[in-house]
Amino acid sequence: MANTSESSFWMPPQASTIAKEVDDLFDFIMDLNYIFFIIITVMTVAFVVMYRRKSDDQLATSDFDHSILWEGAWVFVPLLLCLVVFVWGFRLFLNLSVAPEGSMEISVTAQKWAWSFKYDDGQVVNDLYVPANRPVKLIMKSRDVLHSFYVPDFRVKSDVIPNRYTTVWFEALAPGEHRIYCTEYCGKDHSGMYRTVKVLSEEDFAARKKKGFEGRPEGQSPAAWGKELYSKLSCVTCHSLKEGERRIGPSFWGIVGREGETEDGEKYIANEEYIRESIMNPMAKIVKGYPKSMPSFAGQVDDDQMDAILAFMKTLK
Amino acid sequence: MSETQADPGYHVSDKKETNYIHASKGLLSWILTVDHKRIGIMYLFTIFATFALGGLMALLVRLELLTPGETIMGPETYNRVFTLHGLVMVFLFIIPGIPAALGNFVLPLMLGAKDVAFPKLNLASFHIYIIGTIMALWTTLDGGVDTGWTFYTPYSSTTNTPVIMMTLSAFVLGFSSIFTGLNFIVTIHKMRAPGLGWERLPLFVWAMYATAVIQVMATPVLGITLLLLIMERVMGVGIFDPALGGDPVLFQHFFWFYSHPAVYIMILPGMGVMSELITTFSRKRIFGYRAIAVSSIAIAVISFLVWGHHMFVSGQSAYAGMVFSFLTFLVAIPSAIKIINWSTTLYKGSISLDSPMLWALPFLILFTIGGLTGIFLGALGTDVHLHDTYFVVAHFHYVMMGGTAMAFFGGIHYWWPKMFGKKYNEFWARVSAVLVFLGFNITFLPQFVMGSRGMPRRYYDYTPDSGYQIFHQISTVGSWVLLLGMLIMLVYLASSLRSGEVAERNPWGARSLEWLTQSPPIEHNFHEIPTVVEGPYEFPLAGANTASEGMDVSGS
Repeated sequence: MANTSESSFWMPPQASTIAKEVDDLFDFIMDLNYIFFIIITVMTVAFVVMYRRKSDDQLATSDFDHSILWEGAWVFVPLLLCLVVFVWGFRLFLNLSVAPEGSMEISVTAQKWAWSFKYDDGQVVNDLYVPANRPVKLIMKSRDVLHSFYVPDFRVKSDVIPNRYTTVWFEALAPGEHRIYCTEYCGKDHSGMYRTVKVLSEEDFAARKKKGFEGRPEGQSPAAWGKELYSKLSCVTCHSLKEGERRIGPSFWGIVGREGETEDGEKYIANEEYIRESIMNPMAKIVKGYPKSMPSFAGQVDDDQMDAILAFMKTLK
Repeated sequence: MSETQADPGYHVSDKKETNYIHASKGLLSWILTVDHKRIGIMYLFTIFATFALGGLMALLVRLELLTPGETIMGPETYNRVFTLHGLVMVFLFIIPGIPAALGNFVLPLMLGAKDVAFPKLNLASFHIYIIGTIMALWTTLDGGVDTGWTFYTPYSSTTNTPVIMMTLSAFVLGFSSIFTGLNFIVTIHKMRAPGLGWERLPLFVWAMYATAVIQVMATPVLGITLLLLIMERVMGVGIFDPALGGDPVLFQHFFWFYSHPAVYIMILPGMGVMSELITTFSRKRIFGYRAIAVSSIAIAVISFLVWGHHMFVSGQSAYAGMVFSFLTFLVAIPSAIKIINWSTTLYKGSISLDSPMLWALPFLILFTIGGLTGIFLGALGTDVHLHDTYFVVAHFHYVMMGGTAMAFFGGIHYWWPKMFGKKYNEFWARVSAVLVFLGFNITFLPQFVMGSRGMPRRYYDYTPDSGYQIFHQISTVGSWVLLLGMLIMLVYLASSLRSGEVAERNPWGARSLEWLTQSPPIEHNFHEIPTVVEGPYEFPLAGANTASEGMDVSGS
């Protein structure tokens, strides 16, 4: 059973079974890069030094201007090397694309600007918990625009699209934590949309899954948990906590019990039901004067989390 | 033997007549000119300005990335700044760049012609370019577009920024590109001087021809794609947005079908300039003339077949990925041929390190790095890790800036005496070239490492514990060195215009036909069209019988 390797000059740690395969091809191409770079640079520098014009009327001393052998070599050898790299890269790509039979499937949803992960028992969490040494297959979709799921330490990436499923698979080598980045530009918080893969040992994984990976931590009040969720679910990107401060959406300060008007002219009071509806189905009652851009969190916020969010909001006054 | 490829009996007078700059006066005589040289000069000044604007955006981007968290601007502003950087550099600087600013001026002269085939179309190209530029800049008054220069849907079909005006501006600019391409193709076919067969053409002309073919054939596809995007935004027709029943990956196919060939519109002219600089400043015939000429055409053709390499992780099928990867490796070979042929040309030449050559030699090395790093991206298995990271950003800056921009500046310095009849300060020109070379590498080399270590592109921010900060800091400092080099260039070029030493007809001892004309040329270029008797690079050889009059190979 291999361990996650240390990072090298070019690459992050090899934390998945396929990382070493990717790095092997990368290293081969890098060697080719070094060799050809040195050849061209040495040739150029040497010729410039050796044949430097020392007087104004100095002329060339050779009219060597064609050679089938030289040209041929420079067509044939690069072509051969390119074909080797092509075949190697394609076969590696197939390994990257096709998940092994029996992979554990986890469902991934991307939206502006948060990830959520859903397990077969229905629980939805915001970091990706996986067991070590077991192939995991992610089945991914977007709620809105293009995103892309990327874990540098695993060397895997796939765009996440709104109208179909895309997949990525990996087998983590050992317990540890690894960064997940969104890597398809998606607007304001594109660079803030990162989460963590938490690789657990087989036993830890089973135990924590049973308990719920991200239930409210022991001893934490619902309101405090709600405040964490406000950041984790990315509400902070569009909703300020400062009185009257408008971002893409209205401020949460004093929101519970606030009266207002929707863009259809309907009057509302922001009680618990209004807030719950706005999280699950934001388009139903958009506040007048604000854009229609809030994504739905249906399926991503469970009842416990909803209670915590409401408890937190009640403290904002 | 004669001094150029023209018939030795061609009478070259060194008596200075009224040149094209003084031939007529007043703003209107420039705005309504049909003289290809005046049009080229107007393009040159405008393109310098757009490069400065795009460069300013780059400096702002790099400044923001100096530290984690907000440095000088918030994320929404940052997204608009990097978008404008890309759009200005691609559509306002590099695609028109060499063809419009240098090609317009030099091409008819190189062919021994008095102008291009369609001078009024040429003027129209310029005015359309200006209109498109104004439209693009207009969007900055409206808050600026925040989609990235690639306009991927559904973000671009739903964001609340002035996407319609910006895509309309690109649509308009496309016509400028198409008209220039059309003009050049016809000019090269129909207006060559007697004796100037295809195999006697300077390689710059071959490069312009190949570029023009791509411009004419690929640009309409972009135009239609942008119109479809506008239709979707305005009329809600579901082409690309799944919420309306469309397919976002379809947009990528349409977009890259133009934008991949477009990168060859960007590099081929630079390669053309390279052939001229390497030969003139080695006083030697090019090695492998036919291979270089044919490779330009091969690149133009194969460039249409590789667009899917931008989409390996887009949801495209593995089968499509395989085909595109294979073809991508094929398109690398003609470029490799050019590099080795230019390097080989230096062998036993007489190599001058005058300032134009200080742009050409770095091109050789920097374009090699750019091309070699493309291999990582063309190979499917490594592209998965590297796609959309800073590795890609570094790769394309090495080919577009280390390649095309260097060639552009080299060409400007090379033809400057011909265009303006003035010399520039050689010492400061060398300082500028060295600073730009150093600044460029300091800016972009760290980006390869950042990228392979996972730093994504188009990121406003990174965390302090990510380990990327040191690379960002080095890169930002590099951008300041680049700025210094460019500012120095601006100063000595401006100074040359005001009070530069008078330049002679053929200061570099080159052999193509443009060096027959006076510096600057008279309005109609040639009183009498020369006849061409040999290839463009028939420099005399040391030790051969060179005792003939009229031979002038000195650089004085």
